[in-house]
Amino acid sequence: MSKPGTPMTPHDYLRAQTRWHPLEYAFWLATLLPFLLFPNYLSLASQIAITALFALSLDLILGYAGIVSLGHAAFFGIGAYTAGIISKYGIGDPLLGLVIAAALTGIVGFATSFIIARFKHLALIMITLGLGFLVHELANSAHWLTGGADGLQGIRIGKLLGMFEFDLWGHTAYVYSLVVLFIMFLAVRRLTNSPFGLALRGIRENSVRMPAIGAPSAAHIRKVYTMSAAIAGIAGALLAQTTSTVSLGVLDFQRSADVLVMLVLGGAGMLYGGLIGAIIFMVARDQFSGINPQYWYFWIGLLLVLVVMLLPNGILGGLSHLYRMIRGRRS
Amino acid sequence: MFGPIIGVLFDGFAYGMLLFLLSVGLSVTLGMMNFVNLAHCAFAMLGGYVTVTLVNRFGWPFLATLPMAFLAAALVSVVFERLLYRKLYRASDLDQVLLTIGLAFMSIATAAYIFGTVHQAAPTPSFLRGSVQYFGINFGVYRLFLVAVGLAVTLVLVLTLEYTRFGQQVRAAVDNQRMARGLGINVDATFAATFALGSGLAGLGGALAIEIVGLDPSFALIYLVYVLIVVSVGGLGSILGSFIAAVLIGISDIAGKYYVPEVGAFLIYLVMILLLMWRPAGLFGKR
Repeated sequence: MSKPGTPMTPHDYLRAQTRWHPLEYAFWLATLLPFLLFPNYLSLASQIAITALFALSLDLILGYAGIVSLGHAAFFGIGAYTAGIISKYGIGDPLLGLVIAAALTGIVGFATSFIIARFKHLALIMITLGLGFLVHELANSAHWLTGGADGLQGIRIGKLLGMFEFDLWGHTAYVYSLVVLFIMFLAVRRLTNSPFGLALRGIRENSVRMPAIGAPSAAHIRKVYTMSAAIAGIAGALLAQTTSTVSLGVLDFQRSADVLVMLVLGGAGMLYGGLIGAIIFMVARDQFSGINPQYWYFWIGLLLVLVVMLLPNGILGGLSHLYRMIRGRRS
Repeated sequence: MFGPIIGVLFDGFAYGMLLFLLSVGLSVTLGMMNFVNLAHCAFAMLGGYVTVTLVNRFGWPFLATLPMAFLAAALVSVVFERLLYRKLYRASDLDQVLLTIGLAFMSIATAAYIFGTVHQAAPTPSFLRGSVQYFGINFGVYRLFLVAVGLAVTLVLVLTLEYTRFGQQVRAAVDNQRMARGLGINVDATFAATFALGSGLAGLGGALAIEIVGLDPSFALIYLVYVLIVVSVGGLGSILGSFIAAVLIGISDIAGKYYVPEVGAFLIYLVMILLLMWRPAGLFGKR
């Protein structure tokens, strides 16, 4: 955000945005802490990294392009099933699995993006919800391919780079998930700080006016939706590979709702929102679900109500508001 | 050979009536305020639990609990409307979705806390059980009762909307909220009344649904999907649209489960997506 009164060319604005903030270095350095501090929780840490990547993919369409999706788990699930199924038939190399999963979910995302780009408001919510349930039902009934409600059997994931096996302690899993998350984060960061990213934000604010200044809304939405689907697919494939299990749970409505909650909790439309939200959500669930798993959703619900009522931009939005308030008072 | 077909059509119609009761309120309030209320089925669930409690704990007759289910859902909903919903009428879809899905989550956990996650049942009086035979086809008495209630509610709603002052205000507010305000209609009060009425009907639907589909805390999410399908297919703010969509969805769901059980609920989602692609505003929607 440039200060009022100081003219800035779009070029300078974008360049200023791409610069790394010291807090960002601190954040990524902190992601290495689990190795030192919580070596027993590396599996959880890798789950968090995967969920954060999933939240990042939703942020791309929801936070930047303003597409409310209640069925994003469809892509996560397709990615997970793709990685699982190809490993069953001999393609066990994790990286190759990621590429294939990303390509397939990208294709599915591209195909559905033509539907997505046509709708708004309730119809859009319903279409995404319907697509999510449709994929869930498909996976449930295609028992011969997915194993249905029993889960996918016979997943055999090979060694990472032919050297590192996925161990019980989650060392490989966490390094792998974290590196993939970081690379995808860099890509998304670059994307959102490009003219394309600015155009997306314009579409979010007013999709009717953007075509008038030369940014075709529908085409942009199709592009970003395809990318988001591919990233969600990568996250799903990561989960399948690091846990060696794929069940119908990867396609549940609950998963779509959870990731939405995380993103909003952290702050949508800010790159780190989904990441922070995923960390808080997953750690809290790990800590509280042992006490009373049945009532976990009561607190999630309450949290959602409070965030909507009190913190419209999530935790990160609240913090940056606070920061700006303090700085404004000082000057 | 037509026996089973008519039986399936009848069961589907009765199921459709249930869906209509559950969804008509959401359709009208959505059409009026464009407020995406994903907690609608939580109010229906509340009605269901009121009936279960009154019948099983206090020994009320089933029929006498139905008005209470209506009233309880209507009262609670209007409290939420005044306290929370009102503040988000001009907010984005996302905020509305988040707030109301948060409320739905809370309602599910609360119901699980009070009543447990087991399936609840409320015994119906003996004259609503069993079935009668016409032309060699069995009709469930309870389903006939459902159809009668559904048609009666439709009739009352249509007459209210067409011939009363309140109905005119509602129609004006659905057609053009700003213009209605400009003409001196108190849209907020009208909306609150409509919201209470719609949630009350959902509560009634929830109470009537116990006999057909049972009641457990997941009701608020499972039937939400059906209700949203009915609303989006029927078109916002259209009672006729909701009625036809509810019957269509009810019949295709029952027929799908009867003739092609392996496809499951797949058919309904496909029908919805195709219908919305054909008419994004729903069958009878104006916007």
